[in-house]
Parts: sequence; structure tokens; C-alpha cells
Amino acid sequence: MTVPFRTFPNGAAVPFGEVPRLEATAFLQAIIDATDRGWRVSSYFGIPTESGATLCCVLSSAADGVIGVATADAVGAFPSIARLVPQVQLFEREIAEQCGIPAEGHPWFKPVRFHRSFVPGRDAWGRAPDDPILPGVMEFYRVEGEEVHEVAVGPVHAGIIEPGHFRFQCHGEEVFHLEISLGYQHRGVERGLAGGPDPRTPFRMETIAGDTTIGHMQAYCMVMEALAGVQVPTRAEALRGIALELERLANHTGDLGAIAGDVGYLPTSSFCGRIRGDFLTMTAVLCGSRFGRGLLRPGGVLFDLGEAERDDLLARLAAARTDLENAVELLWSTPSVMSRLENTGTVSADTARDLGLVGPAARACGLDRDVRRDHPFGIYRTAPVPLVTAHHGDVCARTTVRWQEAVKSLDFIHDQLRYLPEGGCRGEAGNLQGNRVAVALTEGWRGEICHVAITDHAGRFLRYKVTDPSFHNWQGLAMALRGEQISDFPLCNKSFNLSYCGFDL
Amino acid sequence: MLRAIIARLKQGHRTMAYPKEPVHLPERFRGYPEFTPGAERAGGDACAAACPHGAISCDGGIVLDMGRCLFCPECTAGEFVRFTTDHRLAATRREQLVVRPGGERHLAHPLEPGLRSLIGRSLKFREVSAGGCNACEADTNVLSTIGWDLGRFGIQFVASPRHADGLWVTGPVTENMREALLMTWEAIPGPKIVVACGACAIGGGPFAGSPEAHDGVDGILPVDLYIPGCPPHPAAILDGLLRLIGRIEGE
Ligand code: SF4
Repeated sequence: MTVPFRTFPNGAAVPFGEVPRLEATAFLQAIIDATDRGWRVSSYFGIPTESGATLCCVLSSAADGVIGVATADAVGAFPSIARLVPQVQLFEREIAEQCGIPAEGHPWFKPVRFHRSFVPGRDAWGRAPDDPILPGVMEFYRVEGEEVHEVAVGPVHAGIIEPGHFRFQCHGEEVFHLEISLGYQHRGVERGLAGGPDPRTPFRMETIAGDTTIGHMQAYCMVMEALAGVQVPTRAEALRGIALELERLANHTGDLGAIAGDVGYLPTSSFCGRIRGDFLTMTAVLCGSRFGRGLLRPGGVLFDLGEAERDDLLARLAAARTDLENAVELLWSTPSVMSRLENTGTVSADTARDLGLVGPAARACGLDRDVRRDHPFGIYRTAPVPLVTAHHGDVCARTTVRWQEAVKSLDFIHDQLRYLPEGGCRGEAGNLQGNRVAVALTEGWRGEICHVAITDHAGRFLRYKVTDPSFHNWQGLAMALRGEQISDFPLCNKSFNLSYCGFDL
Repeated sequence: MLRAIIARLKQGHRTMAYPKEPVHLPERFRGYPEFTPGAERAGGDACAAACPHGAISCDGGIVLDMGRCLFCPECTAGEFVRFTTDHRLAATRREQLVVRPGGERHLAHPLEPGLRSLIGRSLKFREVSAGGCNACEADTNVLSTIGWDLGRFGIQFVASPRHADGLWVTGPVTENMREALLMTWEAIPGPKIVVACGACAIGGGPFAGSPEAHDGVDGILPVDLYIPGCPPHPAAILDGLLRLIGRIEGE
């Protein structure tokens, strides 16, 4: 199949000059055609220019295992294709907000993170440079009618969680529509990365989303390694894989507990809360940090694993496995729990496909997409992890998928620890090549993470684009609430457990 | 029901004995920092250059500011600083986070007696996440799990600021959260305290200098307890809290 993109495998860099620069209409048509044929939009962003932006679309094809990139120039504005390709609706709003040019014909044209554009004085909504830009200040969707009421929650919520604003349009208990407005955690990550890398860059990468430190660092390392042509030792790849699966285990365990807690089933909730900590401690055995800070660096890993630590980890893993199985089995054998999980917060496969959902949320709807299999990277090239799907797209499906994935991760880590390749842990990093585009996809525990770096002639970042899985998936949560009881929101929310900071950047 | 009881027996009692008994932290855990003799030999400038976050400086002798430190492995690679596994990092005043070679050790002080008798046995916090990466929130949440069981000390995180004695701040305070933070602070009845949890809340952490954030809560609200770390280990958080309410004193 010929596509008007420059295609290459995951974790590669190509000269930016080889990326087709299409005429705007052809570019948009190419995105429409590709998504019709099952390609996904992994990232879509703008590089601001004097007259507008250079639009850059990164698509991925699971069937072909390739990534495709194309660009086009937009002057003053760009046409929206969100009505035809719903999965780009948020990307288009992001481009508008960052580059200061409107997406013409966008059905839902509002700010995403509530900040000024990258170009001083230019604003997609025509706001004056001295107008304050306040988060959550915009036109919300409204349902009219005598018996309709609106419930607004946040930004500060009841628990120890990140800020966000949620508006429910309700008819009695039933939710007609939920609108989610974020941006409160916006701390200028992407803007701060331009001109890099510098010594602080890895730390910003590790803190894009704290619970996904390894997932984002793996993507950053792949980008850097592609640009510098570094060969990563197999032992380092294995250690990265172990860390990534530990991250998945810790978070899935925490979520299984939180889901149990939200249906009022306290045994699993309290056991899992503790077992999650056991997985975090395993990551700390690897590198001293429960979140894997400082473990991955371009070229490899900073900490090797000694015999003593390896044995320690194997013992901890076996103990945590027993505890986790014991805690989670309770859910399946408690009918009152199952009846709360089943048919709650359902997302259909078609909706999931249209919105471009990723990770467990997509797999729970029966979409078999997983970067570890579709675009294998690092250790997964030689040690695949079996993919898990479910079919109902409800809370129960998302819970089951998490549990089964956790089991696969336990097996994977065990095998990797047992048969850890010999050799060094860090390859020599060279200089970054200039005028290149590098793309890395990884499968974080929430789903596909996409990092794109475009370098200038001196090898500095002209643009560094980060797409957290939450960017695709928040819309899925909004859809899951349609027709539900508003009191089911916490449960639906936990079953997705999306990142605010990863989205807000 | 029977299954749940059997599971409970299998899982056992898991609440740690701390503070009666010490916490066990992995060998590679990076706690309270010490300068190596190499640091003085290498001179301040080389050490300062080893830290990408400006935590090490050498104005009148070499110092490490734990408020800016991310406890990353970078400077240990340069062999100037060594991290012990000592988790006691929290301090009462900002300048007490500064570590000097052979300098005095500062641990967090208890609240002044009046306040302590008022809230020392039942301390409630309203948490506001104001930017950052959510790791501080995650490790604060851990304290409420059965392993740590914060409730046994009378400390709790509550839903409403009206029920709170203090504000718990994480994150560098993004511009988009500044107003919500101040409104929450105002809604807490006095007398009230503020805890800055983590490198971001103390000085901006990895986001220091970002035009979209405010480099921490210092300067916006008066801080009563600083807990360094990126994120702070739950043990570091608990140590600070227990010192604040006078449950642990001295070394
Ligand atoms: S640990 Fe990291 S942040 Fe702290 S002083 Fe060393 S280099 Fe700086």
C-alpha cells in the first residue's frame, strides 16, 4: 500500500528533508484516507512559523508495524477534519492553542490547557495580549430543559488527586453529557524543551507524569538514541523492560484496589493498596527511587543489577504475586462486586476506534492494540508479552484486562530476572544529528506514549512533542458516562485512571 | 465472606511498627546527603557544575540545598556527594534544608505549644495538587494504606478545607492553580499551617524557572514544614509529620 508519508520503524530517525511536504488539502486527505484504512494518529502538532505553522502528522500502522510522517504548511489558519476523523479533534485544538492559529470548522473549538500561544501576540481565539487567560473559562456544553440540571466539580477534588473540572449535564441521576476541562497542571513542559537537550531535560521527561516515569523515559531515550546512533546493550534493554513492567504492575495493582474501594469492597482495596507499595519498593531496589527516577538515561541504564539484588527481587516478586492473586481473586468470587462492575461505563468498540483510544481502555473494548507487539521496541523485540483483550468495554472489562496484564507482567519480569543477559549497561552517546525527525512509541501502563523530536541544523530540539496516552483517552471517559448514573462517575473514573499532568504538560 | 476472612488471614497484619522500630529502606535509596572528601578537594565550582538543578553552590564554602535537590544520581556519579539511607529530611525553616560539610543537622521542630495542644492529637489536612507530576500525591496517599496507617497518629487528609487544620501543597504552583490554591487556603479556618511536600512545592523542582509556574509555595503562603525529595519517600513524609506533632523528638 503506498502512502504519501515517509515511513520508518519505531525508534528511528530520518532526515527531516525526506518527510513529504504536502499541499494542505492533500495532507488532510492523506490523514483521512490513512485513518479510514486503520492507521492511527499517534501525534499531530504544529511548529510555529511566521505566517502560521508547519503541521506535522505522525501516524502509525499496527498492521505494517511502521510509523508515517508528513507535513504541510498552514497560513493564518488551518482546516479542521475533526468531523471526519474524531481522533484529531483535541490535537487540532492543541495546535491552535500552541501556534495561535484557529482550526477552521472545528465542531468544538475551545482551549485545551489555557495558556498563551508560543508566538507572542498571536491567539487562535483573538484574545488580547493583556486579557487574562483563566483555566476553565470557556463556553461549556449545555443541555436545556426544565428537568435538566448541571453538576460542576473541581478543580480541587475531595481526595489527594490532581485538579480538573468536570461538568455533568444531568436529568435526575442520569448523565446526558460530561465535559472535562483540564489544564490546571500545565507547567510548560513542551515549551521548556525547545532548544534542548540540556542537563535538566531528562528530569522534565521523568516528571511528565510521575507514575509513568519509566514509560516516558523509555520514549525519550529511544529518541535520543536514534538521533545519536547509540547501540543499547541487551542487558540494559532487559533492565528497562523489567522497570517498565514493574511500573505497570504497581499502577494496575493500585487501580484494582481503587476500583474495589469504589464499589465499597474493602478487603481487596486495602490489600492492593499495600501490594502496590511492594512493587514500588522493587523499583527502588533497582535504582533507589520508587518511581524509577534516575534509572534510564540515553544509552542504557545508570544502575546494574547485582546477584544479591536479583535474588532479592525474585523473592519479593514471588511474595507479591501470591498476595496479589489472593487479593484480586476475591473480586471475581463476590457477586455483589461483579454486578457493580458489569455493564457500568460501557464504551463501544466503534467509539473507542473513532476516538483513537489506547492501552487497557482500548483493549477492554476489544481493540487489540499494544505498542509492545505492534511496534516492538527494546527487549520486546526478542521477548514478546502476550496481548490481553476483553469485549464488553465496561468497568468489568477494564478491570479484567488490568488483572490479566498484571499476570503477564509478573511472568515477564520473572523470566527476565532469571535469564538476564550478560554485558554492559550503557552505550556511548554521540552527538545528536541535525535536521532529523525521530519518533518513539512505547507502551506505558496507560497505553501508547509518543515522543517526537525535530532537530535544527545544530542538533538542538526545534520542537519536541509529547503525547501521553491520557491525551487520547480522556474523551473515552466522557463517553463512558453517557446514560450512566452520576454516582457511577468515581468508579468509571478509577477504571480509566487517566493522568492530569501527562495531559496538561 | 468466608473467602474474605481466609484472605485476611493469609495477608496477615502488615502495619509497620515505625516509629517504634526503624523503617527498612532499599540499599540504593537516596536519603540525607553527605559530602565526600573529594568534594572539598575538587573545589566548589566543579561540584556546583555537577548539579543540573543549582542545588550545589559554593558561596563561602560548599553547600547542598535539599530544597532544590532532586536526589537524582547525577552528582554521585561525579563522586562529590554520597547519599545515606537516612530518611529524616523534613525541616521547619527553609534555610535548614541547606547541608554543609560537617555542618549541624536540623530536624523538623514540633509546632509551638499552643497550636500543638489545639491540633496535636487530631491533625487534618486539605491537600492541593498544584502542578508537578503527581508522584508526591501518590506517595502521600500511600501513608493512608494499611502498611503505614497514618490514621493511628490522628493525622488525616480530609475532603473539605472547612474541616482542615492545614494545607498540604504539592507541585510548583502553576499559574492555572494559583487562584484555587489561595481560595482553598482562605477557606481553612485559622489557626492553620502549610506543608510544602516535595521539591516542586519547595522551589519548583524540575520545573523551576518555567514561566507557567511559580517555583513553589514559598512566597505565596507561609510554610511550616518543608519535606524535600522528588518525590519524598513516605518515610520522609511521616518523619516530618510525627516531628511536627511531637510524636518523635531528637535524633
Ligand atoms: S542529587 Fe541531583 S539534584 Fe541533588 S545535588 Fe546531586 S545532582 Fe543536584
